[in-house]
This record gives sequence, structure tokens and C-alpha cells, in this order.
Amino acid sequence: MQFRKIFPQFLTLLFIVLIFSYFTINAQENMDTRGIQFGFDFLNQEASFDIQFSLIEYDSLDSYGRAYFVGLLNTLLVAFIGIILSTILGLIIGVARLSPNYLIKKTALYYVEFFRNIPVLLQIFFWYFVALRALPLPQDAPLIFRSTFMTIKGLYTPAPIWNNFDVFITTLLISLVVIFFFNKFAKKKQEEEGKQYPKFFISLGIFFVLLSLSFLIGGVDLSWSFPVLKQLSLTTYTYLGGFEIPPELVALALALTIYTSTFIAENVRAGIQGIGKGQKEAATSIGLTPRQILKLVVMPQALRIIIPPTTNQYLNITKNSSLAAAIAYPDLVLVFAGTTLMQTGRSIEIIAITMSTYLTISLLISLFMNWYNKRIKIKEK
Amino acid sequence: MNKINLLKPNKENLNIFLFLGVFFFSIGIVDFCLNNFLDKNITFFLPGFISFFTPFIFGLIGLHFIRVEYSGIKILDELNKTINSNNFNAALSVFIILLIIFCIPPVLNWFIFDANFSGNTKEACSGDGACWVYIKVWFNRLMYGMYPNTEQWRINTTFIIVLAFIVISYFFSAKFKKYLIIYYTIFLPIFSFLLIYYLISGGEFGLKRIETSAWGGLSLTFIISFFSLIFCFPLGMLLALGRRSELPVLKYSSIIFIEFWRGVPLITVLFMSAVMFPMFLPEGTYVDKLIRVIVAIILFEAAYIAEVIRGGLQALSLGQYDAAKSLGMGYWRMYLFVILPQALKLVIPGIANTFLALVKDTPLIFVVGLLELAGMTNLAKTNPEWLGFSMEGYVFAGIIFWIICYSMSRYSFNLEVKYKTDK
Repeated sequence: MQFRKIFPQFLTLLFIVLIFSYFTINAQENMDTRGIQFGFDFLNQEASFDIQFSLIEYDSLDSYGRAYFVGLLNTLLVAFIGIILSTILGLIIGVARLSPNYLIKKTALYYVEFFRNIPVLLQIFFWYFVALRALPLPQDAPLIFRSTFMTIKGLYTPAPIWNNFDVFITTLLISLVVIFFFNKFAKKKQEEEGKQYPKFFISLGIFFVLLSLSFLIGGVDLSWSFPVLKQLSLTTYTYLGGFEIPPELVALALALTIYTSTFIAENVRAGIQGIGKGQKEAATSIGLTPRQILKLVVMPQALRIIIPPTTNQYLNITKNSSLAAAIAYPDLVLVFAGTTLMQTGRSIEIIAITMSTYLTISLLISLFMNWYNKRIKIKEK
Repeated sequence: MNKINLLKPNKENLNIFLFLGVFFFSIGIVDFCLNNFLDKNITFFLPGFISFFTPFIFGLIGLHFIRVEYSGIKILDELNKTINSNNFNAALSVFIILLIIFCIPPVLNWFIFDANFSGNTKEACSGDGACWVYIKVWFNRLMYGMYPNTEQWRINTTFIIVLAFIVISYFFSAKFKKYLIIYYTIFLPIFSFLLIYYLISGGEFGLKRIETSAWGGLSLTFIISFFSLIFCFPLGMLLALGRRSELPVLKYSSIIFIEFWRGVPLITVLFMSAVMFPMFLPEGTYVDKLIRVIVAIILFEAAYIAEVIRGGLQALSLGQYDAAKSLGMGYWRMYLFVILPQALKLVIPGIANTFLALVKDTPLIFVVGLLELAGMTNLAKTNPEWLGFSMEGYVFAGIIFWIICYSMSRYSFNLEVKYKTDK
């Protein structure tokens, strides 16, 4: 009996050890013959390549380590935009799938069936190489909303210019803390005395009053810098001022959002459908209003079904953002596993760093979502 | 909103309301068509902002007039119930109807009426529609990659033979049915590998050798998907069993393996197989790029399959395990005959979704320089003689992928229904 337990374990362990030692020995030999030393000191070397789009200050004199952070931030930016937009879109489409209106229901169904059966890479190619290439040149671009230009070279929007930005941020944080404690207080009151406050409106009031105070008293000042057309040479034009969003980012965010929203929509639909009719009827019979039914009965239960698969979709967005390499958006894979690897030849170190970065991001997202999932779980008393 | 309506249709004045409703609705549609297709604005006398919305407003008024609680006319009642139940729904319906009218003609024009089908050169493409000549000229490249035109019968024959062997398995008599698993997991992969090795790759029996770097197009998509599908399933099953095992070494090595592959993007895995993996092999050994890619995809997708199957295993009640054990079944017999058949049935949709994801992930192999359908489309559009037809290429590739994925999802849906043994 003991033997049957130990033997398979021993075999597995032996197999793993053998494989790893085989790989390590070979890697050692290969690196010796090529004269490469294993180590991470290359991160401090000068990168000497430019990156098109960066959220932090960067030029070619900076180190590979800084280039890594530029790539990481760009990846996180795409993932963040994708997660927010696809959640909103997915929620709308998912609810539309259950609409009593035949046209809405069918449109949502066709949207889902169409976009989720086409590889996301192909969609990225389509948006980048076809749809965004059809946009006008900078000099011909029309003005949208009196402030924005959509051109083949990217999206130009007004950029905010802040005075005393730190005061603004502090006020924002303070208002959030105040709202948090107010909600706690209101909940306690409701549980103890049954007294109900209009929580949402009071929170909104606190938020806006505090923020406007920061403008009036705190010396915060906001103005906008608008993009202005400038002629560089006879035929090339560009916009100066404002905020420039590169077409790669637009295409990537668009494709990821549309693709992932179809999956989130299906999750939302399954979640809402998973709530039995009896639940709603029971809620109605004890006299809850439709709004209360949605908020107190349907949503808490539906969320329990929706959240775990949606977490997977958030992870997928983060991982799919690496497809940026296909259209040369400077994300982690392109900047680090692409250009840096080509220049330094440190394949083992760089791939290891890249992979562990993604592992960490995935782990953090799933930890956060697990925490949230636990929080909304119905507590059995 | 109902309080505002002084005039409300009922059974007596239904006809006049019906007439008004249809009249307004048609005016809305006509106005919209004139605006969009003939560039005439019949409501030019209104201020620009309102004039833009007139079709929408007219349509809404029309739908409002025909909203009757019960009319006795079957079609009308059906309409009112499905698309016209209240003002909000009516607004959405009008919006969607106008959107369809707006979209359909240009799309049809581009696809069929203005498109060019005949001819073999770029000059044959005139007009504003799609240039399907482009697809016709590049068809062989999109299907077979850089594989020489004269040798393409080899790919076709291989596919037909493999397909025939898959189809045959459906007609096995009941006596052989229990060997199907062995047929699928051992015989078929080995047989197809030999076939691909000798027939597509060649080099023996007087066939010209064609390197894997020349393979490409849709056939490469099929080859990669086929092998990945066949191998990732048994591996995923073992990993799922390993993760549920009581033996700590098996359990934790499975967990680490699964979580590692699930945490990294496929593109970095492919990078690893391309640049890092050769460092792990002894000097001078060379593993073909295609095989490295397929192994990478198998390991990657097996982790996902494992999680799906684990879900199925967890969903089974413990009574099933106890019952099997009380009959004196050992570990393998219990899993093979009692647990897995039930668990797999539960997770058919999950497995199908993972397989679909696998097929949709194949385009990523462009990072190691292999070009399947999407990659080939991308390459074809950069040909200097055929610039400016990228739209046609992507639409074509999109349609092909859509057909493959959609039929797979329908098939899985049918399986799900077929094996449903609910109480």
C-alpha cells in the first residue's frame, strides 16, 4: 500500500528533476560556448532605441530597465482601458440579449456570434490596417466635438493643464474617505434604527462640494490645451499641443474591447438567467419595489454567477494585450521581449522576466477578483 | 407617458390610427432613404438639428399610433408585443431599423454589386466595390502558403485521407466502439503524423522535400489545430486528475504547471519556444520550428483543458466515488468507467470553448515566422503589385475563420443536447 503511494510520486519527482537538470546543463554549456554570462546587469545599460509612445519620460539614453517600465505601463494602460470599456459594453449587450424587444435581442445575438468567432488578432489587423487607415490626413481632418481630431496619424484630444494638481488629488482622496465613512455610518444606522438615508445623493453631494471647494479655495486651476495644426514641410502636417493617442493604441483597445465584450455579455446573460423566477416573485410578494428587487435580490445573486468567468475574461484581456506586438504598439512584449532581446541576446533572462511579469499581473488580478467575489458571497448565518 | 396621450387608439377608431401610424412610419423611412441615398432632404425647412432627426421622430410617432392593447389583427398584436411594447422599446426599434437600412445597401454594394469577380490582373478591378480577383489570384497562397503549386495535391490527399479515417470511426460497429479512445489518441495521431511526414514534408519515395517554413495558409491552421486538439485533451485530463490527487508531489506539480501556463500569454510562450528553447538543447540539435510551436500550444492549452475538466470533476457528487469504490473498483477503473464519462459530459461547452480558443489562437504563430491564413493575408497585402486590397484579404480570412468557429460551436451545442441525461 505504501509503495503504491510513494512510487508515482518518486517517478514524477525524478522526471521533473531530470528534465530541469538536463535543460540547465545544456543552457550552461550553450552560454559558455557563446561567452554569455547569466545575470541581470544588462538592465542598467543604455537602451539606445526610441519608443513611440510612453507614459513616462523616456529617451534612447535611458537604461533597458526604464524601457521595461515603459513597456509595462503601456501594457497596463491597454489592459485597463480594455477592462473598463468591455465591461460597460458587455453589460449593455448582455442585458440587450434578454430584452423583450425582438429586434434588440436579435441584434445583440448577431453581434455576439459575429465578433466572438473571429480571431482577435484578425480583428486587430482589420481595425489597424483597414479601418483606421481610411481616416483623413492631419490637414484634412474635421473637427469633432469642437476639440478632437481623428486622423490617420492618431487621435488628438485636448489635454488638461493643472495648477496645484496635488491639492486636487488630496481633496479627491479625502472626499472618497469621507464618503466611505458616511456609508458605513448610514449602514450602521439602518441596521440599528431602521433609518434610511439617500446614500447615493449624499455621497454625490459630498464629492462635488469638496471638489468645487478645492477649485474655489485650494487654488486648483484647470485649463485645456487644444491641438493646433502645424505645417512641418510642404506636405507633412502635424498637431501640436493637446494629447496624442497613437492609432495602434486605438486599434488595440477597440479590437480587445469588442472581442471581450461578447464573452462578458454571455456571462452577464447567463448570470441574470440563472436567477430563478421564484426569487423575483417572492421579492415582489413581500412588497419590494422593482428597483429594490434588482438591487437587493437579483444583482447580488447574479453577480455571484457573473464574477468568476468575468475574472477570466479580464485576465484574457491582459494577456491578449500582448498581441500589440503585431501592430507595433510598444507594449511589454514588443519593447522588452522584442527589441531588448534582439539587442542584448539575453534570451533566458528576458523571457523569464517577461513571463514572471505577466504571471504577477495575472495573480494580482485574480487575487483582487477573488477578494471581491468573497465579499459579495452570500453569508450563511 | 400615457397620461399625455389624449388620443388613444382603441377598437373603434383603430383603422384611422392604423392608417396614420403606417403613414408616419413610411414617411420616416422615405425621408431617411432620400437623405442617405439620393442626397435630398425633404425636411430642409426645419432647423438643421431637428431636420437630422426627422426620420427618427416620424418613425416613433408612427409606432406610437399603432400601439393598441388588443386589436384582433394577428400581425399587429405580434408587432406590438415584440418591438413596440412601450415608448422606450419603440425608440430602440426605430433606431435599429434605420441602422439596418443605413448599413445594408453599402455593404451589399461593396460585396456583390460593385465588386469585380472576373479577370486575373489588378487592372480588372475598377469601381468602388470589393476586388475578389485579388482573392482569386492569391487563393493558392492563402490556402497553402509558399508550398509549390505543382505539389499541392499532396496536402489535399493527406487531408482527404485523414478526414476519411475520422469519418470511418463513426461507422464502427458496437463491438469496436470501446476501442475508439485508443483509436483517437494513439492510432490517429501516429498515422496522421506519418502521413504528413512522408507526404506533405516529403523527401522519400521520389517526392521532393519541402521545408516546413514553406508551409502556410489555411492548411497550416488545420495541421496545427489538429495535432494540438488531439494531444492537449489527454494531457489536460491527466493534469486535472493530478490536481485532484491525494499525493502531494503529483498535486503540487500539477498546480504549478497549470497556473504557470494559464498566467502567461501565448505569445510569450511562442517567443520562448523560438528563442529560449534552443538554448536548453545540446549544441547542434535542431527541433523543427513547427514541432516546437505545436508542443508549445499543446502545453498551453492543456492547462486550460485541465481546469475545465477539474470543474466537471468537482461538480460530481461524492456518492459517485463512494459507489464506485464500494463495487471494488480501483483508481483507474473508477475514473475511466464512472467518473470521467459523467464529468466530461458536464463540461462539453467548456471544452468546446477551449478548442475554439485554440483555433482562434493559431494566427499568433506569426511571431515565430510561420504564416497561417491571417499571417498570409497580412503578407499578401504588402505585395507591391497588389497594394490597397487589404480589406478584401481580411474580410475573406474573417469569413473563413468565422465559418470554422461557428460550425464548431454549433457542433458542440448539438453534442451537449445529445448527451444531456437530466432528470
